[in-house]
Amino acid sequence: MDMSTILSILDATIRLSTPLLLACLAGLYSERAGLFDIGLEGKMLAAAFAAGAVAAISGSAWLGLLAGMAVSLGTALLQGVAAITLKGNQLIAGVAINMLAAGMTTFLGQTWFAQGGRTPPLGEGGRFTTIDLPFASGLGGVPILGPIYADLISGHYILVYIAFAMVAVTAYVLYRTRFGLRLRAVGENPKAVDTAGISVVALRYQAIIITGLLCGLAGAYFSIAQGSGFGNNMTAGKGYIALAALIFAKWKPVPAMFTCLLFGFLDALQIRLQSARLFDIEIPVQAIQALPYILTVVLLAGFIGKAVGPKAGGVPYTKER
Amino acid sequence: MSARRPIPRWADVALLPAINLILAFLVSGLVVMLVGENPLHAIQVIIYGAFGYGDGFGYTLYYATNFIFTGLAVAVAAHAGLFNIGGDGQAYVAGLGAVVVALALDQTHWLVAMPLAVIAAAAVGGFWAFVPGWLQAKRGSHVVITTIMFNFIAAALMVYMVNRVLKPASTMAPESETIDVAGRVPQLRQFLSFFGYSPVNLTIVIAMLALVGVYILIWHTKFGYAMRVLGANPTASRYAGISNSRMIMITMTISGALAGMVAINEVMGVQGRLVLDFVAGAGFVGIAVALMGRNHPIGILLASLLFGALYQGGQELQFVIPGITREMIVVIQALVILFTGAMEGLFRPGLERAFMLYTPEHKTEAIARETARTES
Repeated sequence: MDMSTILSILDATIRLSTPLLLACLAGLYSERAGLFDIGLEGKMLAAAFAAGAVAAISGSAWLGLLAGMAVSLGTALLQGVAAITLKGNQLIAGVAINMLAAGMTTFLGQTWFAQGGRTPPLGEGGRFTTIDLPFASGLGGVPILGPIYADLISGHYILVYIAFAMVAVTAYVLYRTRFGLRLRAVGENPKAVDTAGISVVALRYQAIIITGLLCGLAGAYFSIAQGSGFGNNMTAGKGYIALAALIFAKWKPVPAMFTCLLFGFLDALQIRLQSARLFDIEIPVQAIQALPYILTVVLLAGFIGKAVGPKAGGVPYTKER
Repeated sequence: MSARRPIPRWADVALLPAINLILAFLVSGLVVMLVGENPLHAIQVIIYGAFGYGDGFGYTLYYATNFIFTGLAVAVAAHAGLFNIGGDGQAYVAGLGAVVVALALDQTHWLVAMPLAVIAAAAVGGFWAFVPGWLQAKRGSHVVITTIMFNFIAAALMVYMVNRVLKPASTMAPESETIDVAGRVPQLRQFLSFFGYSPVNLTIVIAMLALVGVYILIWHTKFGYAMRVLGANPTASRYAGISNSRMIMITMTISGALAGMVAINEVMGVQGRLVLDFVAGAGFVGIAVALMGRNHPIGILLASLLFGALYQGGQELQFVIPGITREMIVVIQALVILFTGAMEGLFRPGLERAFMLYTPEHKTEAIARETARTES
């Protein structure tokens, strides 16, 4: 493998990790607040459709992004009403959200655009363009570091930079702000938070609003940055991989970034190689595809470290009378 | 003072699901109106398509067969307090067991092949659920997350198995060898011409037996009692001397075995071979079916027929009204799950209050409270 092959695989890794990372951070907020969120997939899918549809009609990627975030937020709030206000089963709410998004996007897509569920291909301005960082072309000639800067770090969509910036923001919010402290507390011991005079319900709603907005970014990335327009079931289970990554990262922001990069790398690898050889044994591409899930199961089982989620996760909070 | 009084049983098992179902249909109707079609016409088409003629009814029963199995799978686990979200994956890998036995025995007779294939499919499907059960019981990982992961692992595994192991070298399509007719489960149309060309087959008999079997298991055996104790209160069951971890593992295995029966219907009854993605989301429909059916076999039977009818009618719908695709059915299904499963709190408190007000013994109490409130 030469330098340019490695660079192109790593470049693909960054592109493929971005939606995972955004969705993973999204899930981090709700799960840290004590809400199991298996509805990441549905929120992303709904956002991808809304972004693709609005960007196609308006011709503006930014309006598309806004629409994606708004729809994802609405979906998150629906989930919030079920899981927080009505104290319903959070897992079932997530399943319902995923199914609702899968059905609605295909149904509306077909009815509105009549292209087999696809939204029309995006023209100029409807899709985000890649950003060349300053001096990228000038520094490209510098050995080793030049290509890394010009090809790997520069030349991505704005959402990619937002995603990686969000890791730092999330780490700061979670560990260095009052809101973050309360968020972590409400996921571990909501009664203590309540006793301190802080509203558990309000905190959980704040968390799920952030989750909705971040899933909106992730979804929009699929249809108006990476792709040009929405296609049926475009997120293709990435929401579940993001969930796996969140568990793998033990609900922490910086490990979440590395896990998403790892899972993105596996994805890039399986696209590039139809099969790999390791010590003369042929490794089928399906094994690489299944690896993120297998790794997560193995981790959850406590064979490599131990992943213990927020203690109050999955339990609706009821004030004692 | 405001101690919650449970609503009468009939309201719990019939009225509440009915209200939630109506709400799901109303919202779906709004969506249909949103795209400029007439929801009443759509319902008419669905009902005719699902029940109006032999072919349609046969298809309804064929879909319902799958949903009975996956619904029972979710329900059995639910009684023990477990949420098996992996019915899809369990049914999918069970196809391996079914197809291997069916292909090996397809020169004998279906009466020989079918029981053995049932056992093989149950074993493989059961194993795919046993592992998550074992991981929860012994290693403390949550069965919901593990079964989700196992759905994806199953998908990758099956693509590999079909393409690399089962596919004969002579064919291009990703599917196994075809099972000889002698080894296939006979379709009902061979006995009753009423069913036209529909694929409903004798697997539906297994579905009926499974409904009865689950009923007996849960309410008339010691094991079922232990399951329900575990579901109601794991601490109590441990103090009662029940081994919770053993219960979790066995319950999950039974659940997965039930989901695995989908493979018999699809592989041996309909397709006559193993194809990719033959489960087509039936595992997730099972969640809606179990929720609607209140985890009871009779409820599951009715809910399976309802969803079978929706799937078949929905297929019809997209031919008659091109503006509505069959994904509309997925929307209805999602809304049913949302309203009956996650948003139960929407109507239950109101119903509880209403029944409190209209039950004779509580009426005086309620009136007294009302007067006290207005006087103060």
